[in-house]
Amino acid sequence: MGKEQSAMVLSISPHIKSKESVRRIMLSVIITLLPAVGYSIYQFGLHALFMYCISVATCLVSEWVVVRLRKRPFSLRDGSAIVTGILLAMVLPPKFPLYGVVLGAVVAIVIGKQIFGGVGYNIFNPALIGRAFLAATYPVFISSYVQPRMALDAVSQATPLAAMKFEGVMTSYRALFLGGTGGSLGETSALFLLVGAVYLLVKKYIKWRIPLSIFLTVAVLGEIFHLINPAKYPDPLFHLFAGGLMIGALYMATDMVTSPITKRGSVIFGCGIGVLVVFIRLLGGLPEGVMYAILFMNAFVPLINRATKPKIFGTGGRDER
Amino acid sequence: MSLFTFKGGIHPPYEKELAKGSPIQTAGLPKSLTIPLVQHIGAPCAPVVEAGDVVKKGQLLGKGESFVSAPVHASASGKVKRIEKSLHPLGQPVLSVVLEPDGNEETAYMTPMGGDPGTLDPEAVKARVKDAGIVGLGGATFPAHVKFSPPKDKPIDTFILNGCECEPYLTADHRTMLERTDDMLLGAKMIGRILNVRRIIVAVENNKKDAIETCKKSAHAEGVEFSVTATKYPQGGEKMLIKAVLGREVPSGGLPMDVGVVVSNVGTAVAVCEAVRDGKPLIERVLTVTGNAAKSPGNWLVKIGTPIGEVVEQAGGTTGTVGKLIIGGPMMGIAQSSFEVPVIKGTSGILLLREEAYMKEGYLPCIKCSFCVQVCPTRLLPSRLSVLAEAEAWEKMEEYGVNDCIECGSCAYVCPSKRPIVQLVKAAKIKVREIKKRENA
Ligand code: SF4
Ligand code: SF4
Repeated sequence: MGKEQSAMVLSISPHIKSKESVRRIMLSVIITLLPAVGYSIYQFGLHALFMYCISVATCLVSEWVVVRLRKRPFSLRDGSAIVTGILLAMVLPPKFPLYGVVLGAVVAIVIGKQIFGGVGYNIFNPALIGRAFLAATYPVFISSYVQPRMALDAVSQATPLAAMKFEGVMTSYRALFLGGTGGSLGETSALFLLVGAVYLLVKKYIKWRIPLSIFLTVAVLGEIFHLINPAKYPDPLFHLFAGGLMIGALYMATDMVTSPITKRGSVIFGCGIGVLVVFIRLLGGLPEGVMYAILFMNAFVPLINRATKPKIFGTGGRDER
Repeated sequence: MSLFTFKGGIHPPYEKELAKGSPIQTAGLPKSLTIPLVQHIGAPCAPVVEAGDVVKKGQLLGKGESFVSAPVHASASGKVKRIEKSLHPLGQPVLSVVLEPDGNEETAYMTPMGGDPGTLDPEAVKARVKDAGIVGLGGATFPAHVKFSPPKDKPIDTFILNGCECEPYLTADHRTMLERTDDMLLGAKMIGRILNVRRIIVAVENNKKDAIETCKKSAHAEGVEFSVTATKYPQGGEKMLIKAVLGREVPSGGLPMDVGVVVSNVGTAVAVCEAVRDGKPLIERVLTVTGNAAKSPGNWLVKIGTPIGEVVEQAGGTTGTVGKLIIGGPMMGIAQSSFEVPVIKGTSGILLLREEAYMKEGYLPCIKCSFCVQVCPTRLLPSRLSVLAEAEAWEKMEEYGVNDCIECGSCAYVCPSKRPIVQLVKAAKIKVREIKKRENA
């Protein structure tokens, strides 16, 4: 015994590691998104499928190229580029031109993620950066929606939020919940998004305080406005299920990299998004504000983290991480 | 029954089934013993023997002048071959006495003091603990007599006997509680006598049902309290245990005595009992040989100074390719490069892990998942610490409580990016200390 064992690994403790990995988390996110993705392809047809494929492919290629150029060791194996690709397609309108998808995906990866240093370093949600860019570049395309195959409501081409805001027309809850409304690929079915997210919540892959505080804030504020003027302002349920709130709260705001690391921070972050969403929707010039609300709050995450630094054990504070 | 516990922590696979059922066996006499002159936290011992000397089992080999030091004794009778620097489980080579046992096992113990704690003189007991070279056997190896000598302005009211053994794989304390119940409780009462405490509490994690049953009855008969804690890592960390059992929080940068508590490992209590009652110095200890690369995992009573390789061989040897040889448990143990390192007072286990891909894997940037934040028992932001360490922002790390880190490894265990947080923290602590020194100079 002795010398021949020189190959033994000498790394520092701990010597056992949990099975969690970045790859596993990203894969779980992808799998839980699939029901909603599948449903949107059913609703909007082949073009939707192309959009997903092209978005994911472009994200992967851009990531590969940039990582190569920066001579970084990280591979594509972590799967985060696929998540960005799917999410980007999900927040675009169903008939969005494919060259636009390519452009958005490149921006999402290069500007949204790699410029900051790649996975883990970005401040803003990459998919939302991609979409924000497209919204500025193609304002017409980004707001032209088509009715899904299984339209559950007689409302025109417009999204439920636009209908509410510009025409004063309400969409039924059933349509909103089951996904028979106009809107982006992934935002039309609250049900499928919720089902997927429940799994992630159980696995603790999403910080549950974030969606919950968004929902609560939106509901409470929505209710207040509704009480003030029921004719003009919709009730809280409408707010919750319409537009990008579900996908935003469950899948965008909870992006690990761009959300706070403390519990109290997550609540502040969620409430901030909730307030912004309601104000933009009801008082701003746009029908929908989820995207901007999240991007805006992303910018405050470092500050929120600093402000909610937990009191260290033995310094007299309560446990409030 | 409601269980005592703390906030945070993790539930790694415990793997205690491997060894917990096997009674403590006595390891045989090795051909050669290498007994380091530093086996504790504190000043090193100077040798009091020379090459060529013939020593008896239990005879003093080396002692230190300073108060924070623990003498070392011969763990077998025999001849001193050499006194030289040799391998030590903590990494740096250390001056050691190399002893060739003669097999006679002739003893030279100290005078027995009797086994009735009520009649013992506390000061004499404390002196005996010091002379017997007893250190914390849980792995920290802090000299026990120092721990039992709190300053006058820090009155101690409670002594906690730590039988949590929260490190996965290890079962030495578990077996000790089962097989040495009476000696352990007697030792605890002797320590209680030194400290003059009102309460003595034995704390055990609820995954050791048989030990709980055995100890509970005897403990109550002895007027010792018993407390069953939740099974969670690092429940056996002193600060976490005190919080769980008494609800007291040791202040940041402070010690258990700051909240009137002293904590000792169950093995330490047995050592105290033997030293006081039988006059026997600390020359052997119980440890667990285990892991998926150990052929037959079990618990062994091993002489201090026995090379790890010999213990492993006596315990049946290895199976498969050993990827890691760890002294201690998988969460806080130290990986070794050689089977020649000796068993020392702080060796609670020899863990043999089979080679697996994850051992050589690299790590990714922090993805801010906050898993580490939720498990850190001292409520630090491990993610932040690791990022600051990469940026070499040492001063900033102090602000983020790097010195409060107990290096439990819970953060690194859960990290999906596999970040070496403990390694970064350890390096940072050294840097922070250097900076402090420079500032004060
Ligand atoms: S930062 Fe230190 S105390 Fe906290 S979990 Fe990590 S190793 Fe343990
Ligand atoms: S567990 Fe790892 S990846 Fe997650 S926040 Fe902590 S350091 Fe970052």
